[in-house]
Amino acid sequence: MSARPIATTREMAGIPTGRLAVWWVIASEIVIFGGLLASYIMHRLANDAWSVQAANTNTWIGAFNTFVLLTSSLFAVLAHKAAVEGNGKKAARLLLYTAAGGTTFALVKAYEWSVEISHGYTLASNTFWSFYYTAAGLHALHVIAGVVIMLIIAREAARNLELHRVELIGIYWHFVDIVWIFLFPLLYIAK
Amino acid sequence: MAQAATHEEHHDHPNYVRVWAILLVLLVISVLGPMLEIQVVTLITAFGIAIVKAYMVAKNFMHLNIEPRYVAYLMGTMLIFMFLLFTAVAPDVMKYEGVNWTKEKVVQPDPGAAHAAHGDAEHH
Amino acid sequence: MAETIATPGAHDDHGHEHHDEGWVKKYLFSTDHKIIAMQYMFTGMAMAVIGGFFAYAFRMQLAFPGMEVPLWGVVTSAEYNSLVTNHGTIMIFWVAMPVLIAAFGNYLIPLMCGVDDMVFPRLNRLSYQIFFVSAVVLIWSFFVEGGGFGGAWTAYPPLSAKAEYSLTPSGASLWLIAVALEFVAFLMGGINFVTTAMNSRAKGMGIYDIPMVVWMIVIASILFMASVGPLIAGAVMLFFDQQLGTAFFDPAQGGDPILWQHLFWFFGHPEVYVVLLPAMGIVADVICVMGRKKLFAYRTVLFTAIGTGVLSFTVWAHHQFIAGIDPRMAHVFTITTLLISIPIAEMCFCYIATLYGGSLTLNTPMLWALSFIATFLIGGVTGIFLGASGADIYFHDTYFVLAHFHYTFFPIAIIGTFAGFTFWFPKMFGRMMNETLGKIHFWGTIIPFNLIFLPLFVLGAAGQHRRIYNYDNFPELALPWMQDLRILATLSLIVMLGFQLVFFYNCYVSLRRGKKAPANPWNANTLEWLAPSPPPHGNFGDKLPEVYRGPYEYNHPDRSEDFWPQHVPN
Repeated sequence: MSARPIATTREMAGIPTGRLAVWWVIASEIVIFGGLLASYIMHRLANDAWSVQAANTNTWIGAFNTFVLLTSSLFAVLAHKAAVEGNGKKAARLLLYTAAGGTTFALVKAYEWSVEISHGYTLASNTFWSFYYTAAGLHALHVIAGVVIMLIIAREAARNLELHRVELIGIYWHFVDIVWIFLFPLLYIAK
Repeated sequence: MAQAATHEEHHDHPNYVRVWAILLVLLVISVLGPMLEIQVVTLITAFGIAIVKAYMVAKNFMHLNIEPRYVAYLMGTMLIFMFLLFTAVAPDVMKYEGVNWTKEKVVQPDPGAAHAAHGDAEHH
Repeated sequence: MAETIATPGAHDDHGHEHHDEGWVKKYLFSTDHKIIAMQYMFTGMAMAVIGGFFAYAFRMQLAFPGMEVPLWGVVTSAEYNSLVTNHGTIMIFWVAMPVLIAAFGNYLIPLMCGVDDMVFPRLNRLSYQIFFVSAVVLIWSFFVEGGGFGGAWTAYPPLSAKAEYSLTPSGASLWLIAVALEFVAFLMGGINFVTTAMNSRAKGMGIYDIPMVVWMIVIASILFMASVGPLIAGAVMLFFDQQLGTAFFDPAQGGDPILWQHLFWFFGHPEVYVVLLPAMGIVADVICVMGRKKLFAYRTVLFTAIGTGVLSFTVWAHHQFIAGIDPRMAHVFTITTLLISIPIAEMCFCYIATLYGGSLTLNTPMLWALSFIATFLIGGVTGIFLGASGADIYFHDTYFVLAHFHYTFFPIAIIGTFAGFTFWFPKMFGRMMNETLGKIHFWGTIIPFNLIFLPLFVLGAAGQHRRIYNYDNFPELALPWMQDLRILATLSLIVMLGFQLVFFYNCYVSLRRGKKAPANPWNANTLEWLAPSPPPHGNFGDKLPEVYRGPYEYNHPDRSEDFWPQHVPN
């Protein structure tokens, strides 16, 4: 691995480079999810019949997954705190808890979807379900990507390497959490 | 290269566990509120609380409050753009008639009709 | 013209870079921003050749319907659709974007900000690799069963969503995948550009000391990031419509095709400014250096550009005036569209004021820069007709629209690129370009360009509709004078394409036998001219420069020299 260029170490904008970049990533993610959810909301408001379909989503599974993500977010921020204190081992362990939360989320989602698909609610069966699977699927991809990145960072953090990255994955993870905080009422609660 | 992430952190951390506990309470309310099946209550408990939760996560977990202000403005600008997109597009998608035109309302297939419903529909 | 004047601090040997790296590692998998810039530049130029060839093929069909086009053969109607579609797609996404933003951004941002590389070199390399894959996927889509996608670069559903309408079962999806990959590549690149310019500027370089071209590329990258999201979501939805049987955009099943148009143009209109602003930045730098004058009203230009960017998010539905959008929204969008001509005009006025009283050097880069202002103004002014919803009802989907946006995109993507390329060629390759060949190429491009598109304004005003394969089938559009104008446009295109050979020959000759370029051949102020030509890996050697003043201090009254580089303490 080559040495970092001097460019990476400068901080003219008052934020470390990595964190600044993560904020830009999140800015561009806001518009990706924003465009999709805006499309969903306007369709939903125009189609009263969709509430009949939405009644078939399982609020309890959705609530459980919200709980899982919120808790994993707590672990992520505690990992950040440990990293700030210079405790790489603890940060790595907490990151592993976070990744376990993300994995649980994905597994629960897989179960939920397999039940729904077996009942005939598939991607193409109705535009509500198309939005349901597209939005939740896009979010789930972010969860899976986050878990993979988190495992890589945890491996380095355990050796006290690149501890600033713990915070970066944390910020991303909280963003993924926030997206779900909005997906949950949009797809599950609003019947 | 061992880099201790010690920049800037000289402020009081919020009590993360307490923030998490509040978030869980809010989650419970947002699930129970809509069960009253009063539309206003549903809107407030489902979407109002979602906004509060997102604000709490952004502030306390993402530390948006201690970043330079422009980061928060940037996030806000993106949200405003999305609001703009919604307000300009919604009239087209949601309108079904106007002067000299109507859009045919299509009855979409109901995949659940043929099957035993699962999930919350069972409770009704 | 500027002769050899050694810049203080520059050392002309490139002894630093004699690492024993293999050719492949050095030129194909390098993380150096200059190499990646060249990769983007040459990929973009190669794609421009393809896009230009497509234009030649379908213009021949329009001028001489049914003829056997040399090098192509008879253009069938399906091929015609595919050629038109991919000409537009290539020229915008695989030529204008990679060359103007990615190539110039990669090359100039670290050099002009006085730093050794991009902040994320490996992300930068990944960005190019994804871009390269996207180009391969696009080219692949021409050769699959059913041929390349033919539903126009805007890909309106339901035509693009259903294989039974578009008749390109795999071409349409490959096209969509290619475009989506390209977006991902530019998101990565854009984050890199913005972060580099925000965080890694040389010591002392305040936000009003940044060269205009860097500012413009940064603003353009932010515009891209803020606008492309809904279209990425839309692309996923359209892909599901094509391949998985969903009905997001199918009105027969409860979807809404207008939604796609909104998602597309919410990106598509800022996209115009995404490519326009870097070209405006290049032109600003060229006219200041070649006019030996300070940029007129730096802050006004800057804030105008930012204002244009914000305003560009409020105009998109002017592309949809006759698509059946809510008429109340059409009023709003007419007003915002007419408003956005004000900041752009303001920028052009600032440029003209910069030129006023300057001692102009009319060399090749300057000619390109001046012609940019002139031709872009024609493009901008004709946009007023189309922005007014009443007039647009007549002009919509005629060749008037086509001529209008070629009068904006050609100055942006071709003239702006040539201005930048000829201006920074000595820095990029360490040799001066041949001026005579450069001027022949300039006049051989600019005259035929006007002869292509001025007739199309006339044809459009006469009602010639776009997307028609053979006008012989429309007697009122096949009048002899109309056909003559079509032939004129086509022949001009061939002449113009022919003159591009002069450019490539010029590049070849100049690279082989051109005069060795000193570090600062144009006596310019900005930091990239401090580095040797071409700059070695790491750009500035051991000591990175510091900045003491703005980028455009030419002919300062207190100085005997007519320029005052940014890095000179006093």
